[in-house]
Amino acid sequence: MSAKLPVLTSKDFASDQEIRWCPRCGDYSILAQMKKVLPGMGIPKEKFVFISGIGCSSRFPYYMDTYGFHSIHGRAPAIATGVKTCRPDLQVWVITGDGDGLSIGGNHLMHTIRRNVDLKIVMFNNQIYGLTKGQYSPTSPLGARTKSTPFGSIDNPLSPLSIAIGSEATFVARAVDVDIKHLTTVLERAARHEGTSFIEVYQDCNVFNSGAFYYASKKGVKEDNIVYLEHGKPLIFGAKRDKGIRVNEGNRPEVVELSSGISEDDLLFHDEQAPGSSLAFLLARMRHPEFPEPLGVFRDVERPIYDRGVNEQVQSAIETQGAGDLDELFQSGDTWTIE
Amino acid sequence: MASIDVAAKDNTHEKQTEQLETVVIRFCGDSGDGMQLVGSQMTNVSAIFGNDVSTLPDFPAEIRAPAGSLAGVSGFQLSFSSHDIFTPGDEVDTLVAMNPAALKTNLGDLKRGGTLIVNEDAFDKGNLAKARFKSNPLDDAGELSSYLVHKVPMTRLTRDAVDGLGLSQSEADRCRNFFALGLVYWLYERESRTTEEWIQEKFDKKPEIAEANLRALKAGSNYGFSTEAFTVHYQVAPAKLAPGRYRKITGNEAVAFGLATVAKLSNRSLFYSGYPITPASDILHELARLKRFGIRTFQAEDEIAAMSSVVGAAFAGELAVTASSGPGICLKGEAIGLGLMTELPMVIIDVQRGGPSTGLPTKTEQADLLLAMFGRNGDSPVPIVAAATPGDCFYMIQEAMRIAVEFMVPVLFLSDGYIASGAEPWRVPDMSELRPLQVRHPAKTNGDGEFLPYKRNEKLARPWAIPGTPGLEHRVGGLEKADVTGHVDYSPANHEHMVKTRVEKVERVADSIPEQDIDGPKSGKLLVLSWGGTYGSVRQAVQKVAEDGHSVAHAHLRYLNPFPKNLCDVIDSYDKVLIPELNTGQLRFLIRAKFLVNAIGFNKIEGKPFRVSELVERILSLL
Repeated sequence: MSAKLPVLTSKDFASDQEIRWCPRCGDYSILAQMKKVLPGMGIPKEKFVFISGIGCSSRFPYYMDTYGFHSIHGRAPAIATGVKTCRPDLQVWVITGDGDGLSIGGNHLMHTIRRNVDLKIVMFNNQIYGLTKGQYSPTSPLGARTKSTPFGSIDNPLSPLSIAIGSEATFVARAVDVDIKHLTTVLERAARHEGTSFIEVYQDCNVFNSGAFYYASKKGVKEDNIVYLEHGKPLIFGAKRDKGIRVNEGNRPEVVELSSGISEDDLLFHDEQAPGSSLAFLLARMRHPEFPEPLGVFRDVERPIYDRGVNEQVQSAIETQGAGDLDELFQSGDTWTIE
Repeated sequence: MASIDVAAKDNTHEKQTEQLETVVIRFCGDSGDGMQLVGSQMTNVSAIFGNDVSTLPDFPAEIRAPAGSLAGVSGFQLSFSSHDIFTPGDEVDTLVAMNPAALKTNLGDLKRGGTLIVNEDAFDKGNLAKARFKSNPLDDAGELSSYLVHKVPMTRLTRDAVDGLGLSQSEADRCRNFFALGLVYWLYERESRTTEEWIQEKFDKKPEIAEANLRALKAGSNYGFSTEAFTVHYQVAPAKLAPGRYRKITGNEAVAFGLATVAKLSNRSLFYSGYPITPASDILHELARLKRFGIRTFQAEDEIAAMSSVVGAAFAGELAVTASSGPGICLKGEAIGLGLMTELPMVIIDVQRGGPSTGLPTKTEQADLLLAMFGRNGDSPVPIVAAATPGDCFYMIQEAMRIAVEFMVPVLFLSDGYIASGAEPWRVPDMSELRPLQVRHPAKTNGDGEFLPYKRNEKLARPWAIPGTPGLEHRVGGLEKADVTGHVDYSPANHEHMVKTRVEKVERVADSIPEQDIDGPKSGKLLVLSWGGTYGSVRQAVQKVAEDGHSVAHAHLRYLNPFPKNLCDVIDSYDKVLIPELNTGQLRFLIRAKFLVNAIGFNKIEGKPFRVSELVERILSLL
């Protein structure tokens, strides 16, 4: 098929709704990058669907002039599974947050990822419940003082990427809201991946958890705190690119100085397509401040896609058994006639 | 003493044949004894012979409770008749008990003078203790003296019959159910050919097992023929059902057939999502096989996801259905609310079982009516329909889908464990009797160049615009919407308007459903008003009382929300209204609230259907 598509721009994806996020919220940037990425996908506008749950991030669909569904808390992956399974022709995005996706909706997220439904899931992680005005979330660090933890959180946080990798995700990535160029690249790659894409975006809630990710976003600080992942390349970081990550004899990652007789060849080389998930998991466990936190694509592999499988089974049943015949169905098994 | 000692008598082979109209038989044994299997075999054979049949499978919630225990007893009751029957029968004519526990838990339902066939080999010390018998009831003349008792050494005779096939003892013993079935086939002159074919097919890959079961079946039949103990056997002539082609159908099968029909006739695909739960799972099993009808099935990670994926599928433009039972419907409530807020069509099936909480998973009840009616936050009405019989599920599920699509609303379909698992003969409909569903998706904008997702038609239904349609991009969601534009709107006047509109929309469904019909006089002393799976017993009870010249009529509701438009007039035409229900009075609550009538309840909450006799008694007490 070579139907000619109209040339779309980011403006075509802007809805007429007034945006109601707080000024300087990290969500604005994510919205802007999304609108930039979609026109390049070569897909007509009406084929995009955005589905969200509840939370600040979940207002996202209102601001996109596509088909959209602002649903209920945590259920977006399940709703999106229904949409995509019935309509493989659509590109379906799920917008969720750390509370929506990992707390109330954790079960759906895990099962959607393991099924490898062809959905693009973007999790805005701000380590706080913003919409309900400031309770700690499943990603809030220990000790976090919030409205519901005035004496500090004693609730051990989890890593969104560990959950995704543990659920056998075929595409796992991390980006930062204000790192515009990198975020755009990651969104684009997620969009092109076939199967579930899971992206964690570090997103600053400047009202209830301001500065939570400054270590990874502020110029002059971040260089020592993040490491960009590039497929087939060694993990090098630092303002002067003089530090790297090496895997030591105990199979643990460690930070090394490149100047002290250690060459790039001694470093850990990234492999997005590693068949096992050990490397991706190791990278996901590298947390600030002990390690620079990896940004980019952790994993990008192929695996059978659930929604495709469902439709193939239907198709193959029709091909091998013939299209359903009601009379034949009703008369299947034992029947008898009464005169 | 009615018990007959088999071994002591001579065999004369002189057997009388007696004609009967209706027979109720129950097979009971351990849940591993294959009672459901032989029960459904006998149902098939009787239906094919032309009897009207009605069944009541009754099995424990435990897959395998300890062998021989009271908790592990599984039963299958079947009534077959030479005339129309509505129920599997109150009292059992012939009880087949495979062990002491089965005897203990089922004897109470055997009528005085009824036939009791027991596997006497199973009445050993261990089994008697497990069934908490202090002494062997078979030895005690007093205990079973009101019944015609046949003590049959089934274990030994089955082992003898399969001797030489190289089977282990446990394999041999697994054929005992066919021995019992063979004996009952002889007793009621049933043709065993269908069962023989079934055995051959089922054990196609294990010819020795097939042979063993065939031998056991034959041995059972021969035992009846050659033993002096069975002096009489019985015939039940074919029933005079309406002419046509028939098959046996359960409620869950009928739901699946109905959904396949909706999909096929409207030339649409259908999405079904479910999470395993008794007694609804069979719908998922049936539909999963029907992919050639364009049916996609999704076994979700939980009830919430099953419901949510249905909402998503409906948004995507699909005929979308889910089924569960009470505990699952509780979990679905949140997403049902989303479905009604976003005004999308979908059908939610509740195969009711005993509640609350996990309750009685395998027993029937009709106690989810108020859950269906009110089980969501906010003012959140949905249309509710309920099937009356297994076969009625075929028609009412199509009706549920019609209402959903015409009015853009989630519809609750109520079934129950009794009609879902129970079977009856079902006349295969002629294709010309079935009507396709009209489904429309707009392709163009509906408001001066822009698309207005909440602009309504005369039914107050909004347009079902689906993703992929150029120019109709819009957003829906759980937040309150402005009418017409569908934008988020919290303004007080709009909210009141929208709540009332959603209520009014459901009320307008009454314009599209049939008026309530009545069996019996159009006015009189007593109206018996029922709904759901109690149809059979109530109809039979009312007819029985009416035949004795009493002024009584029966109305059976299939539409619970809204009620048929003439229901108020119907109720007003009788001095009294009796509402029998398998709950504490949920329909009565609604009828009283809606029509301000002093409806009288007759309520049973035992996890079992009504007996006709108890209904008759209650009806007579009001006349």
